[in-house]
Formats: sequence, structure tokens, C-alpha cells
Amino acid sequence: MGQTIAEKILAAHTAGSVAPGKLVEVQVDMVLANDITAPISIREFAKLGVDKVFDTNKVALVPDHFAPNKDIKAAEQCKVLREFARRYGIANYWEVGRMGIEHVLLPEQGLVLPGDVVVGADSHTCTYGAVGAFATGMGSTDIAVAMATGSIWMKVPDTIRIVYRGQRQPWVGGKDLILYTIGLIGVEGARYQAIEFAGSAVAALPMSGRFTMSNMAIEAGGKAGLFVVDKATRGYLDGRASRSWTAYDADPDAAYARVIEIDVSEIEPQVAFPHLPSNARPVSEAGTIQIDQVVIGSCTNGRWDDLVEAASVLGGRRVHDDVRCVVIPGTQEIYLRAVREGLAEAFVEAGAVFSTPTCGPCLGGHMGVLAAGERCVSTTNRNFVGRMGHVESKVYLAGPAVAAASAIAGRIVGPEEVLN
Amino acid sequence: MARVLRGRAWKYGDNVDTDAIIPARYLNVSTPEALAEHCMEDIDAGFVEKVQAGDMIVGGANFGCGSSREHAPLALKGAGVSCVIASSFARIFFRNAIDIGLLILECPEAVEGTETGQVLEVDLEQGTVTNLDTGQTFQAEPYPPFLMGIIEAGGLIPYTRAKLEE
Repeated sequence: MGQTIAEKILAAHTAGSVAPGKLVEVQVDMVLANDITAPISIREFAKLGVDKVFDTNKVALVPDHFAPNKDIKAAEQCKVLREFARRYGIANYWEVGRMGIEHVLLPEQGLVLPGDVVVGADSHTCTYGAVGAFATGMGSTDIAVAMATGSIWMKVPDTIRIVYRGQRQPWVGGKDLILYTIGLIGVEGARYQAIEFAGSAVAALPMSGRFTMSNMAIEAGGKAGLFVVDKATRGYLDGRASRSWTAYDADPDAAYARVIEIDVSEIEPQVAFPHLPSNARPVSEAGTIQIDQVVIGSCTNGRWDDLVEAASVLGGRRVHDDVRCVVIPGTQEIYLRAVREGLAEAFVEAGAVFSTPTCGPCLGGHMGVLAAGERCVSTTNRNFVGRMGHVESKVYLAGPAVAAASAIAGRIVGPEEVLN
Repeated sequence: MARVLRGRAWKYGDNVDTDAIIPARYLNVSTPEALAEHCMEDIDAGFVEKVQAGDMIVGGANFGCGSSREHAPLALKGAGVSCVIASSFARIFFRNAIDIGLLILECPEAVEGTETGQVLEVDLEQGTVTNLDTGQTFQAEPYPPFLMGIIEAGGLIPYTRAKLEE
């Protein structure tokens, strides 16, 4: 019997055989936590009675959620992170001014590679499936144990294969494909399962779009969202990867829990209405929804290509008088490039905020918290009740082009409506 | 861990997400006690005042979906919740609850057969949930032996510590 990508990677990281449903002890290549989750990991780590992490090069700590410190309590949590990183000699710690949003930063730094097993105390750790890594989110205690021992228990997931074919319409990117997919299979459509994103339409997708799709595998309940390694992956890794890696592809006779075929030529730019990512509909069917805020950024859509897409709509135009538009690059590298190549200027001239990297508004932390009754179009990943602020605020998820166009129009529209 | 738990049920629907259990805006703290102050506040304002030690949460499908925050089961534990019974759990929440020693049971029939305010009795030995108001008993999904080992040890930290000391 053939194996899926997830099964092959896990098999390479465990002593025995693997099969869906089996509980296995898995060796990990990278362990991640942030300023929200690491303080608990560090507290639990201290209870284990060990005096070092398993490998100082294989632990990453990123102060990105409520950093730059949004208040005194956040400052205390970041301090816990910083002091732990110093005390234990953690190689992969980035101070504010060098840090980025973890799931944009780690791939950019070449720290997560094809064939790796990565565990992170953040649900969007699954982002790294875009480079062919088996990456999954866990809680802080799991991460404490992984930091100490370099291994963790896992249930081998079965796999859903989603095959995308056809030609994408203009302005349709990874975000639209994944919102459409979650709309199709639901927020628990891939619960406890790995997803393989396959087919000619995703092979034609740039790495940025693949990161976006893998990132939101968790929004369908998925444990991992994997892409096969191809020319685009290799191009991305070239100059970033500083160690060897292994590419895995599924066997032709691999057993899948389900195979779903999607013709992307029918898919329009999508908007997920409150309060679930699965409430996706084409932007042309959004109706008239006046908005108060737009956020462009996050681990989902804070990459260079996302900013370029947003700037191609916002550039030379003005953010609507009634809208606050907040643009947040994912890392300092992207931020600097945006400054050098004129994107920062385009955003500021359009009347938008251009911020240093932070997860901030995505989880109602800072840099754009919503008041009661306010509506926001956001390129982030969750539109749960109260996610970006007041319990009576509303979040509409979309890709950068729809978000930018909506910022100009003051209501939810597709890019063509403002460009024509 | 007590072998038989008894408490009042607080019932919710499907897809109770971690932002509902503990909104992200309160994640600048991490102790169970501090988190408990805002537990469930966006879907059930006043929950913290109503809940009593030993009470149980009854949820629908995909309970605990969303973020990986361990703050969610910690907040429930801090609020005095003794057990969560749901039709199904989101996988990270499931791990987190086991890891920190919050009892969880997958039992769609018990969810179906329970209303808020009814008193439930959970027998860990038998893996059963009994609704003391209706007299009905339901069999929950059994844990694999490996997970039972973590539960018996009181969570992943004591379990791992014992393993490291071997």
C-alpha cells in the first residue's frame, strides 16, 4: 500500500511503522512558540526538571502577537520569552526590530524545510506545509515537552487530497481558493486530517499563495496542509536553506480518506462572512456592506506578493473617508523592501497606516481593535465572534485585492469595481 | 483524580471556538485563575458568576476549534469546570485538555440527552455519563491506553517527568 506525504514524513521521524490512527512518538526538526504561548511552555518546562533544551538551534521563539509590547502585561510576557532565550542560548530568537510574524519569518529565514516535522504552539504552524514540511499546531505544554526532549506524541492522520484544476480568474489567489475550499468542506471538514493540496491550478500558484492555503488548513480543522515540492519551492528555498532536506511526494496508490476535485475557473474572489471562515461567498454576492476598517497583513497574507497586490489596487487612489486601512508587512525584510520599492509610500499616500510587523489586530490585540458594531474586511484567518475586538464587531475575511478595493470603496467590493 | 464526578451541565452548540472560551484580548495573562475571569464571556456573559466548582460543559461538534491556545482549557479549569463532554473535539483542544489534566469525553448521545442545568455524573472507570435528572446513562468513546497513561499521571508534564527519571 502506498503512502501519503504526511505518512512518509512521519515515518521518517519515528521508530516504528506508521498508519492512519496510530499513535507514534515523533522526532521534531523545529519547535516554535510566541509571546502568547511560550510563557506557559516556559512555566511547564521548568516543572520537567531538565536544565537545557534538546537543541538550541531547533527552538524558535518569536515575540510577535502583542509585540511591540502593547501593555504592561504583554511586556511581562515578552520579557519571559527574552530571558528564557538568553538563559538557554536559543539561537532563533528575534528582538522587536528584527522579528516578524512567526509563520512568515521562519520560512523566510530558511528554518523550516521540506520533509521536516515542525511543531509550534500556534495553530497556524501548519503554514509550513507550503514548503512540504509536516507542520502542526499544538498547545504550550506539548511544546514544553518537545523543547525538552525533541520528540512528541502524535496520532498519524489520514489524508484528504484536494485536486485543483483549471485556470484561475483574474484577482483570484490562494486566499480565495482556500476560503472557497473551507466553504465547501466546512470548519470541521478536515478535522484530525492532513490535507494534500494538488493539481495543476495550485502548481501554477506562487509560493505566497501556497503559504496562504496551508496556513488556513486549520480553519477546516486540518492537522497539516501539504504541497508537493516543485520548481517554485526550490526557487523559494534557494539562498534560504542552509541545511539539506528531503522532498516527499505521495505514492500513486496512496490511500486517501477522501479526494475532492475543484474546478477553479468557476471561482470568483471570495469573502467569508461573520462568524465562521466557512461562510464564504463570491464577492459579487456580498451585497452592500459598509465597512469601518481594513486590515492587510498577518501570517495568512502579510507576504511580499500580498503587499504588491494590495498596492496595485491602493496605489494612486485614496482610502475612503470613513475607513481606517492598516497595512502590516509580515517581516522586517518585507517591510524594508516595501520602503525601498515604493510600496510604503503608496500606502501612506493612499491614507493607510503602514505598521511594523505584528499579529496585533488579527486577534484583537492592538494596532486596530474594533469597537461595538464596527465591520472590518481583513486578510487574516478568523472571523469568530469578538476575534478582532468588541463582541458586537464583525470580521469579513478576504484576500489582499478585495481588502484594498473595499478600503477605497468604503464597502465590500471586488478590485474590478474600483479599478474600472 | 476522582473516579466519579458530579456537576451541573452548561450546554452550548457546535463549533465553540477558543476565542469564545477565552477571548484573545485577555491573553496577556496565563494563569488559570486570571484567565477564568473572562471564561466564555463572549458567548455566555455572566458564565463566570454562574458556574460552580465541579460543573460540566456540554458542547456540540468541533468543540474548541480555532487557536492552539492552552489558555482555553486552563480558563475552563480555572473556572472550576470538572469535565467537558462534546459530540467531537477540535484536535488541538483535545490534546491540550489531556495535557493539562482537564477531563474531556466524546459522547454525542450524552450531548443529545442533556440540557443546561441538569446534573450529570461521570464515571471515569466505566467511561459513562449519567444524566441524574433523566436517569439515562451514556457510554463515552474510550481512550487509547497511551492517552489513559497521560490522564492517570495527571497530565503530560508529570507523565514526561516520570519517563525522564526512568
